[in-house]
Amino acid sequence: MNKLTAIVDYGAGNTCSVINTLDRIGASYVLTSDPKILTASDRVILPGVGHAAAAMEQLHKSNLTEVLKAIKQPFLGICLGMQLMFDYSEEGNTTCLGLINGKVRRFSPASGYKVPHMGWNDFYPDQKNALFSGMNATESMYFVHSYYAEKGDFTTGICDYGHAFTAAVQYRNFYGVQFHPEKSGDIGQKILENFLKM
Amino acid sequence: MLKKRIIPCLDIKNGRTVKGTNFIHLRDAGDPVELATRYSQEGADELVFLDIAATLENRSTLVDLVKKIGKAINIPFAVGGGINDEDIVKQVLQNGADKVSINSSGLKDPGLITRVANIFGEQCLIVAIDARQNDEGKWIVYSHGGTKPTDKFLFDWAIEVQNRGAGEILFTSMNNDGTKQGFAIEALKTLNDTLTIPVIASGGAGELRHFSDLFIETNVSAALAASVFHYKEIEIQALKAHLNSKGIDVRI
Repeated sequence: MNKLTAIVDYGAGNTCSVINTLDRIGASYVLTSDPKILTASDRVILPGVGHAAAAMEQLHKSNLTEVLKAIKQPFLGICLGMQLMFDYSEEGNTTCLGLINGKVRRFSPASGYKVPHMGWNDFYPDQKNALFSGMNATESMYFVHSYYAEKGDFTTGICDYGHAFTAAVQYRNFYGVQFHPEKSGDIGQKILENFLKM
Repeated sequence: MLKKRIIPCLDIKNGRTVKGTNFIHLRDAGDPVELATRYSQEGADELVFLDIAATLENRSTLVDLVKKIGKAINIPFAVGGGINDEDIVKQVLQNGADKVSINSSGLKDPGLITRVANIFGEQCLIVAIDARQNDEGKWIVYSHGGTKPTDKFLFDWAIEVQNRGAGEILFTSMNNDGTKQGFAIEALKTLNDTLTIPVIASGGAGELRHFSDLFIETNVSAALAASVFHYKEIEIQALKAHLNSKGIDVRI
């Protein structure tokens, strides 16, 4: 049975890449901002490239914040989509969805560390987490971001860039990854395949 | 550790890959989607597509190509050449590209850099700078594919575009480009130490050791090359194995 994945349509920059990957996997999906379709779908993906405050404003305008908070099915936030799952982001000083406790902060450029954090970096997943089933202890993933979520109780994978930060997170049905699985080659695609099995 | 990136560059004309030297003696080199797929499978970390004959009429051809590339590969890619207003940026990004590269149009209208960064985010904006070091040792910025000198100097211009919101700088040393004698190490070191955003080095790659020298002597984030990869003078996997053997962290 092919379950339906709803991709939240709020003008995020990487929607097309997520769709391309779902096409490669052969998943059924719908790109939508309709609360009814989102709520009735089998899974929800919140993509995201852009600015946290602008994205939250867009979600508010589309009356989606409460809808997303009430999602009971597997939910995956990608990049900015993951950051929006936390309480607060320094990017535009905005309150976020508050699905997971924690704050999103800006990398402060220290000697030798460029911002944005851009490129392939080591990801250390919790291999017991369903999203990372079949992963090695260390995998290269593609990151592009200037803000990061602090490590917390719900961190399910870390990356190190000057200091360790949350590269993956899970609380109940809400999963998030800071890197771009849709741009991280075959291993990134495997993570999306794992999500689509949930 | 953040890995050093290896970025093959594909020159595109009317939707086809072309090969040539310094924009002359161009010949058809096949389907860019096939070449992109090959590079991606061989371990390229990212790709840059440069539309060398960009015109307004060609925009739909370019957007179609972006669409096909996005469907075919699962690594990041950037598109440059003729990126001269917000509309084409939007079209290219919406159809699957991760980044745009702005060069001459940013020199003509520096406000474009600010606007693109504000609307689409710094992460999607590479500003490409072609510069030549003159006899007095000054690095003069050139526009229009390295054909027209401007009144700008490399380091000043790089700082200005960083302040305007560029996410990365792609610096091509025209003195080194096409020589296969190695990258412009000194200039790249200074440029990288001057900027807080990542620097991509371009121009001069001919042998494996040129890449290891670059990453040992400077802290640039990435190296870009075209001909050595096109003509298979350097295989990406062999390059990465070489870098790895020198203690340089790359994605294998």
